[in-house]
Amino acid sequence: MLVLDDLVLERGNFRLAADWSLAKGRRLALIGPSGAGKSTLLDAIAGFLTPRRGRILWQGRDITSLPPAARPMTILFQDHNLLPHLDVFANVAIGLDPRLKLAPEDERKVRAVLTRVGLAGLEGRRPAALSGGQRSRVALARALARARPLLLLDEPFAALGPAMRAEMLDLVCETAAESGATVLLVTHQPEDARRLGDLASVVVEGRAAPPVPVEALLAAPPAALARYLGPGE
Amino acid sequence: MKGGANPLVWIGGGAAALVLLLAFGTLAALALRAESASGLGPGDWAAIRFTLLQALISAALSVLLALPVARALARRHFPGKRLLTTLLGAPFILPVIVAVLGIVTIFGRRGLVNAALAALGLPPIEIYGLGGIVLAHVFFNLPLATRLFLQAHLSIPAEHFRLAAALGFSDRAVRRHLERPAIARVLPGAFVTILLLCLTSFAVALTLGGGPRATTIELAIYQAFTFDFDLGRAALLALVELALCAVAASSALAAGTAPEAAPSLVAAPWRPDGRSPAARIVDGGWILLAALFLLLPTGSIALGGLVHLADLPAAIWPALGRSLLVALAAMTLTLSLALGLAGLALALEGRWGRVIEGIGFLPLATSPMVLGAGLFILLFPTFPPRTLALPVTALVNGVMSLPFALRALLPEMRQIEADHGRLADALGLVGLARLRRLHLPLLARPLGFSAGLTAALSMGDLGVIALFATPTEATLPMQVQLLMASYRMGAASAAALVLLLASLALFWIFDRGGRAHARA
Repeated sequence: MLVLDDLVLERGNFRLAADWSLAKGRRLALIGPSGAGKSTLLDAIAGFLTPRRGRILWQGRDITSLPPAARPMTILFQDHNLLPHLDVFANVAIGLDPRLKLAPEDERKVRAVLTRVGLAGLEGRRPAALSGGQRSRVALARALARARPLLLLDEPFAALGPAMRAEMLDLVCETAAESGATVLLVTHQPEDARRLGDLASVVVEGRAAPPVPVEALLAAPPAALARYLGPGE
Repeated sequence: MKGGANPLVWIGGGAAALVLLLAFGTLAALALRAESASGLGPGDWAAIRFTLLQALISAALSVLLALPVARALARRHFPGKRLLTTLLGAPFILPVIVAVLGIVTIFGRRGLVNAALAALGLPPIEIYGLGGIVLAHVFFNLPLATRLFLQAHLSIPAEHFRLAAALGFSDRAVRRHLERPAIARVLPGAFVTILLLCLTSFAVALTLGGGPRATTIELAIYQAFTFDFDLGRAALLALVELALCAVAASSALAAGTAPEAAPSLVAAPWRPDGRSPAARIVDGGWILLAALFLLLPTGSIALGGLVHLADLPAAIWPALGRSLLVALAAMTLTLSLALGLAGLALALEGRWGRVIEGIGFLPLATSPMVLGAGLFILLFPTFPPRTLALPVTALVNGVMSLPFALRALLPEMRQIEADHGRLADALGLVGLARLRRLHLPLLARPLGFSAGLTAALSMGDLGVIALFATPTEATLPMQVQLLMASYRMGAASAAALVLLLASLALFWIFDRGGRAHARA
């Protein structure tokens, strides 16, 4: 279980509070307008931002002061997830060993995850020679190879078209179900939250609300979310 | 920029013709005159070898030392960092003779460094010869290399550092996967650019070199003119230098251009590396050493100049007047050439546009001394050189600054056309009206910057003037050099202070003027 215990985050004049928990293996969409603090919350869980107050716990262990690499998580950013000078294989392998000295079973693992995301045969390509969707798959493959229990997604598919985005989210759901990973996805699209198909938390006006089932939330949105979604939803 | 009746196109055509005529006219004059030469003597070959040797050592040292300094600046934050990164740009407009005098004051026989070495019982540094020339070249080019590498560091996406932290990269892994690819993109270009600058630097060789063991090609050309009056040999040497520069300049082009200027050299992204106390001490040491190395010589001139202000000879003031005249004339010429060429390049676009752009960058592949030598040979039979000393200096300085002005103006003008060109076409805004109503108001900032840069560069230039002028036509940098050569160091540092202040003031006035008129 991931616990945000009386968490308060500050960045300049910006302030965000969160006080809730998320059971292991669940999938949570953080939804809200840009600048509301969704990525700030993810940064704190990933270890890039020290909280002003409160604790972050995973399976009962306090991880608030651990450096990013020591946390049980792997993160995908909106952009620049791949190193441009490394080929597809090395971009995945670097998630297992930064020195790129892989044991034979690790090499097999890299090939297996690349096959799993549908990139078998493209191991030698550089990121510049890939489409946007393929680049997202490489980043996801690295996350799968690292097999950390928490998967943090900071709008990594925002630049893709609607069909491709849906496809990638489905792939995330399937692979997370296989590995039992807990997923946190930052998005400002309600259809992404729906596609993830589990829980959603509204991040607005300095507060990340406790997770609730996504369908119920979108069917009867609270006032702040309704304003953001507009009359169309 | 469309429209046939565009006067800019005519100015641009004239500018292209002038640059081509100057570059290839002087080349032809040199080639014709070199035929009468009896070939290169052993002293000339020694000069060629020495030129290459000092340039290679200077460029290699500048680049090697810049690597740790740039890393330290990229990953440390400290009060005064903004000032220090700004100062890294200053040597570009610092008159060479001022810096040389400062270096002599600090590293010379009676300087601070040798006093410290003597106190430790170590042998002194010899400032005249190879060591001094390399020291001066590193002084000028270490900041340039540091800026280029710092930009390369800042071009690494912030996400890559966060990725490195999330994947548990060690400092070595950060270097290998993030720093090295970014630096490798700019290092060859930086090295060759600095090599080119060191091949053609005249004032440093004139003041710190000399004698059979430390004469560069430029110095040999100068001596062939002034001491031996052997125009054939001077022409031959100028052709040799031109060939070396052409090789270096074309490999600089092949090595790729430097990265576009980062929006700010101060706002560095968060980085996971260099957290250990040892790394902090090493970084701090590099920053401190670089700051001292850059600040001490200039600071000593400012201080020494103030102390000896009463020693200022009266000849300084007419020299200052001549220098200001040359600087303003060169600046006017550069801006007219740059605006004309940029206008023509935009009007033509496509292949011919790139040809015109290339003509504007042609001066990079030559040196003022080579241009001056060619002009001397062309003009000498008709005019006594000293009557034309100031116009020729202004002409050469103006043409030599053209690439810098073009680099500042052309991308902005291209952007203005992309943003507002269709609107201007629809409104029928063509020709001079388009220049006055659309381009010039939006170009205020780069125009001011280019004007300041050109004026300051010309103000501090000590090159062509030395070929043409006698002391009665001396500019201020030449006056400083004459005082130095007669060992009147106090008067020299006072004159150097006047020169330094005049150069900085020129740059500041125009750059500030441009910013004040910028509406964006």
